[in-house]
Amino acid sequence: MKVGLVIVSHSARLAEGVAELAAQMAPDVIVLPAGGMATGGLGTDYEAVSNALDRAESGAGVVLLYDLGSARMTAELAVESLGDPSRAYVVDAPLVEGAVAAAVAAQGDATLDGVAEAAAGAAREAFADAAETGAAETDSASAGAGDQEAGPVHTLQVTLTNEVGLHARPAALLARTLTGLTAEASVEVGDQRADARSVLGLMGLNARFGDQVVVTATGPDAEEALRRVKALVDRNFDE
Amino acid sequence: MGCSVEGVVAALRSAAEVVTAHRDELVELDRVIGDADHGENLKRGFTALVSKLDLSEPPATPSAALKLAATTLISTVGGAAGPLYGTALLRAATSVGDAAELDAAGVAAALRAALDGVVARGKAEPGDKTMVDALTPAVAAAEAAAASGSTVAEVLSAAADAADEGAASTVPLVARKGRASYLGERSANHLDPGSRSTALLLRSFAESAGGGDR
Ligand SMILES: Nc1ncnc2c1ncn2[C@@H]1O[C@H](COP(=O)(O)OP(=O)(O)OP(=O)(O)O)[C@@H](O)[C@H]1O
Ligand SMILES: [Mg+2]
Repeated sequence: MKVGLVIVSHSARLAEGVAELAAQMAPDVIVLPAGGMATGGLGTDYEAVSNALDRAESGAGVVLLYDLGSARMTAELAVESLGDPSRAYVVDAPLVEGAVAAAVAAQGDATLDGVAEAAAGAAREAFADAAETGAAETDSASAGAGDQEAGPVHTLQVTLTNEVGLHARPAALLARTLTGLTAEASVEVGDQRADARSVLGLMGLNARFGDQVVVTATGPDAEEALRRVKALVDRNFDE
Repeated sequence: MGCSVEGVVAALRSAAEVVTAHRDELVELDRVIGDADHGENLKRGFTALVSKLDLSEPPATPSAALKLAATTLISTVGGAAGPLYGTALLRAATSVGDAAELDAAGVAAALRAALDGVVARGKAEPGDKTMVDALTPAVAAAEAAAASGSTVAEVLSAAADAADEGAASTVPLVARKGRASYLGERSANHLDPGSRSTALLLRSFAESAGGGDR
């Protein structure tokens, strides 16, 4: 039982191509294209998306990715009309990278949250790459994941011992190391604070070699989140 | 003097005629700052709605008629206008509940619910150069008219007047939502197609209500 994927696009050929590419790395995952109009033209077809959503559900939930505009709205409508709308997420992610990342996560038996997070993580990576070349300014991606209960707050204090501090690559690694976890985590340096999953937010902290960093996490797997962050810092971000 | 289910069905049929008559105009507007399909999308959706009204049992309540319109547009329009107008109509259907007749206040409340639906679905704000720029002032005008004791036809006609102005106000704007936003500054100096269709739809409702029950 693996999470299924639906690729919602204005173009039948685009949806098929993305599904083909994603499925190549995930032979046991149901990846269904829902592209174009029933009449053959460009556009989004609610019935096609709804049908694909039903067929992609094998009990573990479904992640939907979209190309633009009405594809997102149509996907959201299809999810809202499910008996249990919490069984599917519409994820804001770059279509190709997001689909491949989600398919690989699903193949590895990730949960619905985990697959959604993997797709959204592809967006953060794309943004980090763009930030590195000085081009990006955008909101951090949302996984569409539901709220989790807060629980106790766990904290970790570490000193950055890698040469460049929380620059683009280390920031992306830090955000990515939390993939698959549901814990809320933030990073504080001095009086500045950033979401640990926001690559741009982390870079904005300007944390350098030798800086003291406080990582805070809440949620069911908060301790695991801190353990992963500590391991990454201890490894000097693999520099 | 309210609006019964027959009145709502008549308004939807009149909307279908207006959308069909303005198909080319809406396509042209969308050609300049979009993908040239807005008029065709709406014509397809409303034509499907009319054939459902012709072929199946007539809806029993205003809410059922609005819901039929919503689901038909959602499944046949194919562009952003489908989920947006579809969600608007779904919210309007919920707002009118099981009332057999809509009074002026009920119509204004349904329009408010419709606007909330469009905003929830598309996340646009006033000034983003979308249908929200026509619908927002239309709802305010409808509410003001209802509060001052107007009839259903007067409420709709106040809404249509305000929507016309709201649509015109999109001309200088730079689009921040929808396809036109990809054009950036080049989207300025053009009328937003969705705001125009919103004004046309409200005008068709107003005319249908005025003709039927004054
Ligand atoms: N996010 C949005 N919120 C509100 N209105 C929107 C939004 N996106 C588009 N619109 C409205 O929809 C109109 C375009 O409708 P149309 O049916 O042509 O969809 P489209 O943009 O071609 O759809 P698609 O998203 O599939 O490309 C725009 O003129 C604008 O008024
Ligand atoms: Mg269009």
